[in-house]
Amino acid sequence: MEWETVIGLEVHAQLNTRSKIFSTSKTAYGAPPNTQANVVDAAFPGVLPVLNREAVRMAAQFGLAIGATVHRRSVFARKNYFYPDLPKGYQISQYEHPIVEHGHLAITTPAGEKVVGITRAHLEEDAGKSLHEDMNGFTGIDLNRAGTPLLEIVSEPDMRSAAEAVAYLKTLHTLVRYLDICDGNMQEGSFRCDANVSVRPMGQARLGTRAELKNINSFRFVERAIDYEVRRQIAVLSSGGQVRQETRLYDSARDETRSMRSKEEAHDYRYFPDPDLPALIVSEALMAEATLAMPELPDAKRRRFSAQYGLSAYDAGVLASSRELAQFYEDVVAAGAEPKLAANWVTGELAARLNADGLDIADTRVAAPALAGLLRRIADGTVSGKAAKDVFEAMWTGAGDADAVIDARGLRQVSDDAAIEEVVRQVIAANPKQLAQYRAGEEKVFTFFVGQTMKASRGKANPAKVNEILKRLLAP
Amino acid sequence: MNAEEIEKVAHLARLGLGAAEREGYARELSRILDLVSQMNAAATEGVEPMTHPDAAGLRLRDDVVGPEIDRDRLLAGAPLTRDGLYLVPRVIE
Amino acid sequence: MTLTITKIAEDLAAGRCSSRELVDDALARIRAHASLNAFITVDEDAARRDAEAADRARHAGGAGALTGVPIAHKDIFCTMGVKTTCGSRMLADFVPPYDATVVRKMKAAGCVMVGKTNMDEFAMGSSNETSYFGPVRNPWDRDRVPGGSSGGSAAAVAARLVPAATGTDTGGSIRQPAALCGITGLKPSYGRVSRYGLIAFASSLDQAGPMAQTAEDCAHLLAAMAGFDEHDATALDVPVPDYVAGLGRDLKGLRIGVVAGHFAQGVEPLVAEAVREALREYERAGAVLVDVTLPNSAHAVPCYYVLAPAEASSNLARYDGVRYGFRAPEYQDLEDMYKKTRSQGFGPEVKRRIMMGTYALSAGYYDAYYVKALRLRRLIADDFARAFEHCDVIAGPVSPSTAFALGAKNTDPVSMYLNDIFTIPVNLAGLPAISLPAGFAGGLPVGLQLIGRYLDEARLLNVAHRFQQVTDWHTRVPAGF
Repeated sequence: MEWETVIGLEVHAQLNTRSKIFSTSKTAYGAPPNTQANVVDAAFPGVLPVLNREAVRMAAQFGLAIGATVHRRSVFARKNYFYPDLPKGYQISQYEHPIVEHGHLAITTPAGEKVVGITRAHLEEDAGKSLHEDMNGFTGIDLNRAGTPLLEIVSEPDMRSAAEAVAYLKTLHTLVRYLDICDGNMQEGSFRCDANVSVRPMGQARLGTRAELKNINSFRFVERAIDYEVRRQIAVLSSGGQVRQETRLYDSARDETRSMRSKEEAHDYRYFPDPDLPALIVSEALMAEATLAMPELPDAKRRRFSAQYGLSAYDAGVLASSRELAQFYEDVVAAGAEPKLAANWVTGELAARLNADGLDIADTRVAAPALAGLLRRIADGTVSGKAAKDVFEAMWTGAGDADAVIDARGLRQVSDDAAIEEVVRQVIAANPKQLAQYRAGEEKVFTFFVGQTMKASRGKANPAKVNEILKRLLAP
Repeated sequence: MNAEEIEKVAHLARLGLGAAEREGYARELSRILDLVSQMNAAATEGVEPMTHPDAAGLRLRDDVVGPEIDRDRLLAGAPLTRDGLYLVPRVIE
Repeated sequence: MTLTITKIAEDLAAGRCSSRELVDDALARIRAHASLNAFITVDEDAARRDAEAADRARHAGGAGALTGVPIAHKDIFCTMGVKTTCGSRMLADFVPPYDATVVRKMKAAGCVMVGKTNMDEFAMGSSNETSYFGPVRNPWDRDRVPGGSSGGSAAAVAARLVPAATGTDTGGSIRQPAALCGITGLKPSYGRVSRYGLIAFASSLDQAGPMAQTAEDCAHLLAAMAGFDEHDATALDVPVPDYVAGLGRDLKGLRIGVVAGHFAQGVEPLVAEAVREALREYERAGAVLVDVTLPNSAHAVPCYYVLAPAEASSNLARYDGVRYGFRAPEYQDLEDMYKKTRSQGFGPEVKRRIMMGTYALSAGYYDAYYVKALRLRRLIADDFARAFEHCDVIAGPVSPSTAFALGAKNTDPVSMYLNDIFTIPVNLAGLPAISLPAGFAGGLPVGLQLIGRYLDEARLLNVAHRFQQVTDWHTRVPAGF
């Protein structure tokens, strides 16, 4: 039987506000335990939540960016359950009335462009962390993360393969960083993903029973976890079994998913409107702020790069994948570099160097105007592309600007016809045997002469000119 | 309310009840539910639920970090702590 | 200490007494009448220290209206460094690391706290009998309850242990004990006073307010307590009027709404008669009585006993033995720790309400109970809005009876709940209301309730004050005090 995979994703994006969603504690990652929790975060008797306006602004902006409805009135509810890292005994979250609904995101898959529906996005607070390691039979509770604002983004079950799920996630990841509402750090848990996965016989309208996969904290693991789960479900169904609706944990070490609970506890979260928080009204002023702060979005930028700079879809996509990278690229072009050459260098040499050094574009050691300076020297023939790579390396290690490096190292390309002709004559004179071979029709000997000429010119001869002059002088 | 319902609700509320308590609550809660069921005499179709006094609006705060509390003070009243962490019996995942 | 705050402030300003003397006197009276059990915590040294600081501030010329005035706080308000129990074993040793906004503001106004008053556990009760620290006795008759939940504050003021105290009111917890103890107590509009640091019972109903001998004193105290607070998103950012300045306005033409039913349904005849006599007094002062109806208030008690327990069941989930407060001494695992901690840390009435609230919110019952009650709440509030088209205040009894005997109602929670039939609708609608002494029935105080329009505390204080200018019920002190 042929099976169809159906995937919906729930993403928890930590909003990068300075303070928490309902308290004034800091939100920075990695502080010593319980040093970024105050009486509100630790749910002391008598404390009250006061909503962070910036978190609301970010949620509204996300809603605008995905073409969604941003509800002017939304409601915070309490989700009640006991857990040691949930200090109040309830999580404040939006339930019946989320701030954002009915959005969509266009993704690019090998099969072409596809639009994924976004059911809703709502504001909620993160829980603290439970630490089980090295506690001698205890669990330690750290509340630093408790109260960090989260935007939970719930997609429609629109994805049909693990690859599509990853494409959606990457697109969403790019978007939240573009909007500067989430740092996207998956290792630190700033961008977390749960996947609802089911399979059904191809052509069946009804959805199969789904499993919810938790703990998938990298794009690679998302793909692997879904692939494993799809194989598992197909195996279960093919052998006449039934898929259980359950939560499963992805174990990256074993590359498998496994059921989280031996017996499913019946949850009854007793959601009800939070009596401490009357309805959230998003004002016109706040909407205007969100609209004004809206940057050019990745999709629009990608399309503009192709049209304006004549870039390939691929290069435009890579450059538009990060707001900072795109800005850097446009700075290079603005400083006088040829757009296509600039795209090659930014996505090639520069990206490789950043990657090798583990740096972000913000930390580049060759600034945009400096790179443009080098690219202008390639374009005007001052240096060869090959020599330019050496110049770039030198610039990276702080040897100065392109012109200074070229001069200091004598890398200026020789384009003077007479000078090159002189070298070519010497090379031909020194290699009569190869000359005879060439003239007898062995054309591949030509490259030998090119090599010898370049060697004799210590790499500085303009290759185009060398080719032209050799052709002329070697001719019988 | 019967004993089974009482036990279910007590579990949701994490209240450990003895047999006698369960019986007592079953009796009292049934009486309270009788009182509460008088609400049914009121026609409420189409009435908008009121969660807060109407004038109460949700005021927002600016995204500003406030004063910190010293961790020792935060943890001073905790029944069990170690190395700045609250301790609870091991949670089995 | 039979002086009002108004008089004390004058004496302090004129140098006729010092804060230290007043505080010493209060402490001596608290000690002498410890058998009332009105206080849970008294820190004599701290109170004297603060009184001396107030005296120094006064000498240095930095005195405000209330500088050096001794007061007590209900033990529901968090006080930094001072044990705050909320009347519960769960918090029997809890020392907050912060001050409630009400506490902070009253400190800033110069008040000196002499102690924390007894109360029903987590404010759940109408008799003060649910306190982990034992019941408070009514100064008018020690075999009777003072009312609740702010019973300790009411008894302390009635016995003149302190000139004033704070209270909180979720379904009548300021007004009913004020009535049963013969003092004046004001429940402000929801949002008028910050709830930050007030240990939550039912968040959409809780309000803090003053309890004192007179409406004039309440005006001084409310001025100190009220106003914007960055820590409470529901505290209104609106100007606080000058409550004292408005006290003297005469009442000619004032329209007083009267609900016929408030003199029927189980109201003791002598209570009804005292309230009627108070209304006649108002007529003599030029007010006009207007018949109004509040038909849906008949359902207010059932409505309240869904909503308040529902909110409480969630508000009290934080008492889990992890971060502060009581943890059961022995347990097997996490679940067992939760269950033992909560069943041992909470008393029977609190557990009853947590059970009721959990049930009302649970799957399958939410719409029938919780949502139904929310709709009813709207109807109850709408009734008030309609009534206030025809009147300026609504007057009636606070409670259907005078103080009842200790133990009389604690075998039957429902009969206890029905005691709050006249006070509960006000909380559901979020309105302000004041309870003031209006006579006696069988030697026990009777309270008159005046309900006002939203944020119209100034008028309530004015209307109550004028009554106290022509009556002396509020000056009566129980024998032996």
